[in-house]
Amino acid sequence: MKRKHRRLMFVLFALVGLGAATALVLTALEENIVFFHSPTDVAEKDLPAGRTIRVGGLVVEQSIQKQADGVTVAFQITDMAHTLPIVYTGILPDLFREGQGIVAEGELRADGVFAAREVLAKHDETYMPPEVADALKKSGHWKETDGTGAEQ
Amino acid sequence: MGSISEFLAMGGYAAYVWPAFGVAAVVLVGFVISTLRTLRARERALAAREGADHAETGGERTA
Amino acid sequence: MANLHKFANPTLFLRLSRALLPWCVGIAVVTMAVGLYLGLFVAPPDYQQGESVRIMYVHVPAAWMALFVYTLMAVASAVSLIWRHLLADLVAKAAAPLGAGFTLIALATGSLWGKPMWGTWWVWDARLTSVLILFFLYLGHIALTHAFDDPGRGARAAAILALVGFVNVPIIKFSVDWWNTLHQPASVLKLGGPAIHPTMLWPLLLMAVAFTFYFIALLFLRVRGEIAARKLRALQLARAAR
Repeated sequence: MKRKHRRLMFVLFALVGLGAATALVLTALEENIVFFHSPTDVAEKDLPAGRTIRVGGLVVEQSIQKQADGVTVAFQITDMAHTLPIVYTGILPDLFREGQGIVAEGELRADGVFAAREVLAKHDETYMPPEVADALKKSGHWKETDGTGAEQ
Repeated sequence: MGSISEFLAMGGYAAYVWPAFGVAAVVLVGFVISTLRTLRARERALAAREGADHAETGGERTA
Repeated sequence: MANLHKFANPTLFLRLSRALLPWCVGIAVVTMAVGLYLGLFVAPPDYQQGESVRIMYVHVPAAWMALFVYTLMAVASAVSLIWRHLLADLVAKAAAPLGAGFTLIALATGSLWGKPMWGTWWVWDARLTSVLILFFLYLGHIALTHAFDDPGRGARAAAILALVGFVNVPIIKFSVDWWNTLHQPASVLKLGGPAIHPTMLWPLLLMAVAFTFYFIALLFLRVRGEIAARKLRALQLARAAR
C-alpha cells in the first residue's frame, strides 16, 4: 500500500511540475506562438519594418480597390480600434470579402502600408444555413462577430 | 434534392469533400481489417500452443 | 507461473467485452449510417463555406477522438504506473494506433478543408502545430511499446511518455483561445451553447457517437488480441523454463 501511495504522489507532483514548467515556457514564447498581430499591435508595438510578419483583422467595408493591373488589390483591415492598409498581388481565397476576418503575411513598408505576399481567410465558429443567415440579417438580429479572434 | 451529378459536385468543392470522406473511410476500414486479422492469428496461435502443452503435460491445466 | 494471477481481471474483461461488443457495433453502424445520411443529404450548406462545410462531419469527430483517446491512454498509463495493473498497459497499447489514426484523419481532412476556405493546406499556427505534436506523441508511444524485448518495460516507458505528453491535450483544446490562430475557436463545447445551427449540429453529434462506439468496439477486440499475445508469451516462457 505504502509504495503505491508513494508512486501516486510522485506521478501527481511530476504532472503538476511539468504543467507549471510548460505554462512558463509558453508564456515566455507567447510572441512566437501568436500567429498574427492585430492592427493595434502594429500601431502600438512598433513592429520592425521590413521583417516578415503576419497581420490579421476584418476587411473594412468598401475598402477593397482593384488596381489598374487587375491582379493587385488594396484594402484595409481593422480590429475596431485601429485600421491598417494592405496591398496584395495574387489570388484571394474564396472567403475573402468585406467584413471577413483575414490573415496576411508580408512586410510592413516604411510608409505604413503592409505589403502582403499571402492572404488567408479566417472564418468564425458560427455555422448556419444561408436562409437562416438571411433571415437574421433581415430581422436585424445579425451580429457581426469579430472573426479574427484578436483581442476585443 | 437535386440530381446525382449536382450532389457529387458538392457546390464546386468535390475535390476537397470526397477525398476527406475517402481518407476517413480508408483509415477506419483499414483498422477494422487489421484488428480482426491480428486477433484471429493470435487466438489461433494461442489455441495451438495450449493444445500442444496439454498433450505434453498429460492434461495438466496451464491457464 | 507466479504472475498468472494477473489474468484474473483480464478474464472478467474478456467476459464483459464479449457481452458489450455486439451493442457497440450496432450503435456505431446505426449512428454512422444516420449521421452520414443527415450530413451528406439533409444538412444545408453553410452560409459562408457552402458545401465544403460537410468536411466538418468527419473532421470534428476525428479531432475529438484524437483528444479523447490520448486522455484515455494517459489515465491508463497513470493506473499502470501507480497500481501496476496489466490490463491498463494493454489498453494503452491497443488504443495508441487508433488514436494515431484519428489524428491522421483530423490532420488530412483539416488540410482538405483549409485549402478552399483559408487558402492554404497548412499553417504553423498554435492549433495545427499542437495537433501535429499529438500525432508524433502517438507514433512515439507506439515505437516505445515495441522498443524492448520485455513487454513490461516497453509498457512502462510508453506510459511515462503518455503522461508527459498529456500536457499537450489542454494546449490543443485552448490554443484557439490563448493565442491568435488561423483556426477558429470552438463551436460546440463553448460557453453560451453551440454556435452551430441544429440542422448541422445533429449530424455532427451522431457522427461523434458513431466514432466513439467504433473506437470502443475496436478497443475491445484489440485488447482481446493483446491478452492472447501475453498468454501465448507466458506459455512459451514457461515451456522454455521446463
